[in-house]
Amino acid sequence: MARLKTYGFYLLVAVIVLQAVFPFYYAILTSLETGQAIFDINYLPAALDWSNYRSMLSSGVFGRQFLNSAVTASAVVVLSLVLATTAAYALARIRFRGRGLLLLTILSVSMFPQIAVLAGLFELIRAFGLFNSLWALVFSYMIFTLPFTVWVLTTFMRKLPVEIEEAAIMDGASALTIIWRVFLPLMWPAMVTTGLLAFIHAWNEFLFALTFLSTDTQRTVPVAIAMISGRSEFEIPWGNIMAASVVVTLPLVVLVLIFQRKIVSGLTAGAVKG
Amino acid sequence: MDAETMTAPDLSRLARQRKRAAWAFLAPMLIVLAAVAAWPLARTIWFGFTDASLDQLGNAQWVGFQNYLHWFDYGNGQGEWEGVLADPRWWRSVWNTIWFAGLSVSIETVFGLVIALVLHRSFPGRGLVRAAILIPWAIPTIVSAKMWAWMLHDQFGIVNDMLMRVGLIDSAIAWTATPGTAMFAIVAVDVWKTTPFMALLILAALQMVPDDIYEAARMDGVPAFRLFRKVTLPLILPGLLVAVVFRTLDALRVFDLIYVLTPNTDATRSMSIYARENLFDYDKFAYGSAASTLLFFVIALITITFIRVTRMNLERED
Amino acid sequence: MARVELQAVRKSFGTVDVIHGIDLDLASGEFVVFVGPSGCGKSTLLRMIAGLEDISGGELRIGGEKMNDVLPAKRGCAMVFQSYALYPHMTVRENMAFGLEQARLSKREIEERVTQSARMLQIDHLMDRKPKALSGGQRQRVAIGRAISRQPRVFLFDEPLSNLDAALRVDTRIEIAALHHRLHDTTMIYVTHDQVEAMTLADRIVVLNAGKVEQVGTPMDLYERPASRFVASFIGSPRMNLIEGATAEAMGAACVGIRPEHLHVAQDGPWAGKVVMAEALGSDTFLHVETAEAGRVVVRIPPGETPTPGTALHLAPDAARLHRFGADGAPLA
Repeated sequence: MARLKTYGFYLLVAVIVLQAVFPFYYAILTSLETGQAIFDINYLPAALDWSNYRSMLSSGVFGRQFLNSAVTASAVVVLSLVLATTAAYALARIRFRGRGLLLLTILSVSMFPQIAVLAGLFELIRAFGLFNSLWALVFSYMIFTLPFTVWVLTTFMRKLPVEIEEAAIMDGASALTIIWRVFLPLMWPAMVTTGLLAFIHAWNEFLFALTFLSTDTQRTVPVAIAMISGRSEFEIPWGNIMAASVVVTLPLVVLVLIFQRKIVSGLTAGAVKG
Repeated sequence: MDAETMTAPDLSRLARQRKRAAWAFLAPMLIVLAAVAAWPLARTIWFGFTDASLDQLGNAQWVGFQNYLHWFDYGNGQGEWEGVLADPRWWRSVWNTIWFAGLSVSIETVFGLVIALVLHRSFPGRGLVRAAILIPWAIPTIVSAKMWAWMLHDQFGIVNDMLMRVGLIDSAIAWTATPGTAMFAIVAVDVWKTTPFMALLILAALQMVPDDIYEAARMDGVPAFRLFRKVTLPLILPGLLVAVVFRTLDALRVFDLIYVLTPNTDATRSMSIYARENLFDYDKFAYGSAASTLLFFVIALITITFIRVTRMNLERED
Repeated sequence: MARVELQAVRKSFGTVDVIHGIDLDLASGEFVVFVGPSGCGKSTLLRMIAGLEDISGGELRIGGEKMNDVLPAKRGCAMVFQSYALYPHMTVRENMAFGLEQARLSKREIEERVTQSARMLQIDHLMDRKPKALSGGQRQRVAIGRAISRQPRVFLFDEPLSNLDAALRVDTRIEIAALHHRLHDTTMIYVTHDQVEAMTLADRIVVLNAGKVEQVGTPMDLYERPASRFVASFIGSPRMNLIEGATAEAMGAACVGIRPEHLHVAQDGPWAGKVVMAEALGSDTFLHVETAEAGRVVVRIPPGETPTPGTALHLAPDAARLHRFGADGAPLA
């Protein structure tokens, strides 16, 4: 009976793992097949044909798009961390009227349906001459990375001991010095976590990238993948799509495997404390 | 709170200095947030009351509630109601969105709970399993939509192949193209992608339940299922509800998945899809803005109701 | 070289007063201990002097200069925190130099001062370690060293020994006393809830209770002439016996107090009782005696034969050492 239970448990574990990784595994299989082989359904690797990857990389556009995604996501991470760190210090450490309300407002922005700001944002981006520029994305992505980053860094900073800050005040450190020389070195775990999550969000974003970019060379990878199509239903290049999908996903999978713990703590910090 | 009731002259130089620093530190973040959220939202609402079009944003004229609802007169004494509120496709998309959110969040909660309970036990390789379930979460929505579009392909899809091998279906099904199954396909992919998030939040709640509660219950010989229902569930309920609220809000703004997996289908068109279609594809910018505004208020309303209801439940639990 | 004066100093959070108009005058170079039960406001008062807490009313002067509105770092105070509050990511050397860097001293001077105070505290071999790699006692020394290197006019200690174990606490206490002796120019203010620390370290003790000063005086002053029933019961270990009821009324007081060492076992003593418990500590023995006249009292007897519980005996108070208090807790002449 007990043995049956153990088998059942491991069967469940196997099902959970299998359903989680199978689609990605299957995408890799497909990306390594070309021509007619793609349309033959196989569960185990049947071919090892790199031509989908080769054709994608040799087209030149894809490399550019990959770079677009990387540059945008990195800029988003840097900008949101810079803006959020000082703001989080103020929210976590300095008492002022309306602090609670402000935090709540910031949190509620992260719940915003992005489509509700799309029309107004479109006007603003055109007015600034940012249309079809990556800066349009860096700017608009602040709507979801900033509230989250501020929230997590604020909760983290609240937990840093008060006496250390007071010691710094007695030592004559200004608020900026306290952030830069005393808190920042203690905060890197939280910075890594929020930075990672901001990177993943920005890397995966679709709606704004679809709307604010208009030329192929400016696009980010998710939009590019969504746009790959054939002339008819039968000409959709599934091999290329899967190759692109694997390439755009691989960095994230690597990040997840390396920083598993940090990501989990960041995800739960954002929600449980709500 | 304490210091706030004090009047300004009472504050020392240190307190004043810190207060000034607080606003200086907050200002850049607040300005950016206002620029990406508050101002665009206000402009969207305004555009909804104008006749703006994509290339004529500058000289949009106020037209009142025309985009929402107005009587269109044929000139012969007959006519019809027009506007977003009179558009059956809008109402269909509202219904689709709510149906999608309700169904997928419910399924995710159940699956998430199961996975969380599994991960809460310690067994060799637990870390690997946790990393594995994070993969669907990390894959870009567009990519998972494409992956599943391929797996759900009517002729060459592996899902049809599996189901036919097992004998569950006799002939291949065009999952994404058939109105009857399209929504289920969307829900399935969404469940696959977001259950990990749910599972991790529930796992965090589970890990906050002190172990000695279980030990005490085991000493008393409480059976496992009863223990779960009477002890575990009430204790993780607050965390569970927070996770459900987060996921529901996320599901209500669904766009990417539907845009890629089942484009141009009445059966799955969500509010976000409807609004963007009108804004950019049909060149009905003002009309699309009106729809966006409605979407904002529908979601706000659902959020407020939801939080109210769950709060009441929470209080009753205490 | 700084006198610290407090004049009607108040602190209120909203409508609640936590410090009610305190007047104190601490001489330059004096070692003063603020003592009182938790929540009495002693830490708040120290933090007000440091500048970490706003002063709601009254005046604070250090070295004759009004300090109410001066930044903490400019008051010439250095503070040793209860948790030491060392910067965890900096080495001992960096910890000690940080404040001096903020004051924009020259590199050479910083190096000189840090080395000097490190030598004084015998932590020069730890300079390149991080706080994580130090023992509790070593961290304590670094915290003190960090304060010394700033060469403050006023040294503030906020319960600095409460995170140390008992043996180390005694050693560190002695070291702090020695430190005061060496830095005889520096005024020291020390907050503790432990009356033994207060008695052994202080030139003068300030007893605080509920945001008010109960009494200021030398340790022996407080011990021999407590200005209130509160001070009488707070200072001294074991506590002074407080006797109410008919016995007290017979002496014309609402309450009379007698310390355990001023009660004697005597055949003709006026109070008859039975031993309930005897604690033999080696150097002393304390008897807990239940009496009809005085209730339960503690008596100190010299070491030797210890009466077993149940033994009947008579007690005689040393009449000259009786403290009489009125109904308001104030002493009666």
